[in-house]
Amino acid sequence: MRERFLTGYNDFVLPFMIGMVFILTYCIIALIRIIGQLPKEDRRRFFISLITPKTLAKNIKDIFCDCLLHVKIWKRNKLLGYMHSSIAFGWFMLIVVGHIEVLLYTPHRAKLFYYPIFFRYFVAETETTMKGAVLFFLMDFFLLVVLSGIALAIIKRIRSKIFGMRRTTNPSFLDLVGLYSLWSIFPLRLLAEGFTADISGGSFLTKSLNYVFTSFLSDHANMLPSWWAYSCALGIFFCVLPFTRYMHIPSEILLIPLRNAGIKIRHARKGLAKAQVYSCPSCGLCIDACPMSVQKGNIKDTTVYLNRQIRRGNEVRIEEISDKCLLCGKCTAICPVGVEGDKLRIAQRSVRKYGLSPDYSSIDTASLAIDSRGKILYYAGCMTALTPSIRKAMESLLKKAGVEYELMDKDGGICCGRPMWMAGRFDQAKQMVEKNTGIIRNSGADTLLLSCPICYRIFKERYSLEGIRIVHHTEFIDSLISEGRLKIKRDPRKYVYHDPCELGRGSGIYEQPRNVLLRAGTLVEAAKNRKESICCGGSVGSLSLSFDKRKALTENALNNLTAASPDVIVTACPLCLSTFSRYADRKVEDIAETIDRNTSN
Amino acid sequence: MTMENIFGFSISPSSTVNLDNVDLTLFNRLHELEPDAWKCMSCGSCTATCPAGNFSGMSLRKVLHALQRGKEKDAVKMLRCCMLCGKCSMVCPRGINTRHLILSICKLYKED
Repeated sequence: MRERFLTGYNDFVLPFMIGMVFILTYCIIALIRIIGQLPKEDRRRFFISLITPKTLAKNIKDIFCDCLLHVKIWKRNKLLGYMHSSIAFGWFMLIVVGHIEVLLYTPHRAKLFYYPIFFRYFVAETETTMKGAVLFFLMDFFLLVVLSGIALAIIKRIRSKIFGMRRTTNPSFLDLVGLYSLWSIFPLRLLAEGFTADISGGSFLTKSLNYVFTSFLSDHANMLPSWWAYSCALGIFFCVLPFTRYMHIPSEILLIPLRNAGIKIRHARKGLAKAQVYSCPSCGLCIDACPMSVQKGNIKDTTVYLNRQIRRGNEVRIEEISDKCLLCGKCTAICPVGVEGDKLRIAQRSVRKYGLSPDYSSIDTASLAIDSRGKILYYAGCMTALTPSIRKAMESLLKKAGVEYELMDKDGGICCGRPMWMAGRFDQAKQMVEKNTGIIRNSGADTLLLSCPICYRIFKERYSLEGIRIVHHTEFIDSLISEGRLKIKRDPRKYVYHDPCELGRGSGIYEQPRNVLLRAGTLVEAAKNRKESICCGGSVGSLSLSFDKRKALTENALNNLTAASPDVIVTACPLCLSTFSRYADRKVEDIAETIDRNTSN
Repeated sequence: MTMENIFGFSISPSSTVNLDNVDLTLFNRLHELEPDAWKCMSCGSCTATCPAGNFSGMSLRKVLHALQRGKEKDAVKMLRCCMLCGKCSMVCPRGINTRHLILSICKLYKED
């Protein structure tokens, strides 16, 4: 390989260089700002995690799997996965192999940013070059891979259904500019390298193209315009990148180490929240996932649009979108980059200014004091008060199993605080947490039994009740059965289990209720289940969704549950139970009721 | 023993509301935000299910009544105990989004 130009420079590298310098400066400033916005202890934690071998290895693995190979998208849809990894991994390999070429053939140019990108323009083939044939082949191969990905991306714009997506995001104007410049980069590269292939050498793709070109375009004058076009496409892409969805490419590389360091959202717009918002690739997977999107009017209230509005600073829309959400957490569960749609919304709610702030200091917990030393303390929860059948069934089961228990909220207790927490009023929620903690600690109980997943989640996440076992009744029934304290008999009914949001996605309990139901009858699965289960529509997470607007959501969730035509819909949440009972065409019951009916001892 | 309850009865303070003297600007603003503010038919379902009512006499029905009559102080006092659990919205026969209503009241009105 020898160099064609002594200077190693041509004016056409300028658009690329301008774009590259701009995007690098932008990313470095953004990086410093986001890390600077983290609270002090989080920042320390982050830096420590960067030098801890275990998290470091996890960071590298996650960046490789998520940013380059897109493993999570592969699991969702093979074609969609191939499209993403072909572009990302293919492009990455083009950059890597390009640098190897420069290091091997023109090492003195290695310090030039643009040299690996435009390598083929600056060099000419010599006899010794054939040693590099494998590199030429690799370059053409990965270019082909990227081009196939781009072709799929174009098809996806027209028919997203082939890729398993019913709806995709509506791109903004700048997104389109970014999109078209990204699409044109690689065909232009092929064109430019095709024109140069008889000088610089090439492989199956560029060489063949060169033969085609020389048959009717013998003039080398076409070479320069095509290299200019290639450089301009790169330049435009890099210049618009920070203002488009493609900002997710650099952001995700920051988000992964932040997440692995165990950092939580502490501010509505700064630090981790900002990293998440910018990491959103606007893929729109959350649109199909969102239970609200059964109604067309709600599509623009999904997480992808929340991220967009936060980036634009549109406060009115941010408030609307964050208040409407049911906080079912499904967008978070399926998001390939790890944007936490539910937590992001709670954070937006937490910055509201209120003139009135509830204060529970006047509540006298003495009247709620209870002695349950050596017994189980059963906190049925506010919602269970509206569906007393659950509490009755549970009490009956406890008696059958010979478990001694005491009711914590027989005549109504203090709310667990989770609904208040979801409304973003953390100080008020913490007051309730404190009051309840006091009551539980003073009761002397060693086990706290809960029937409501809404309570269960906050008890697990925010209460400090070390030494006290916090257990939801699905887990408790499961353990009673496996200990042989409950004798269960099968019936001929077909059951389907609905995963309540707060119990499944919120607390990770999927197996215990299924274990229990398998012994009670035939268990069938809903079309979408476990972490993709569809919210019943009754959630207290939504602040603004009115009662009448929720009907369509409930009906959609019911259709999903009855896909395998079960006789009974079983759930483990009082709120799901009362919501489903309103519109269901078959029996809906709590798991405690099912098991109570199927046990006799 | 005071004079008022000497016979086992007490005289309640006057609760006369003169709507001509009531400043309803805030309530009208609330009504703009929450059209449901006039939808309540005072059935009391919310009060019956309210867990805060046990401790404080909180009653959304009374809160709305008080606000509609300009007795803001009473309303504010009751609202200070709301735990936002949302049971009232589940039982409301008029389908009022009570939680949003309560939050809007908390935003508009001030403690004084």
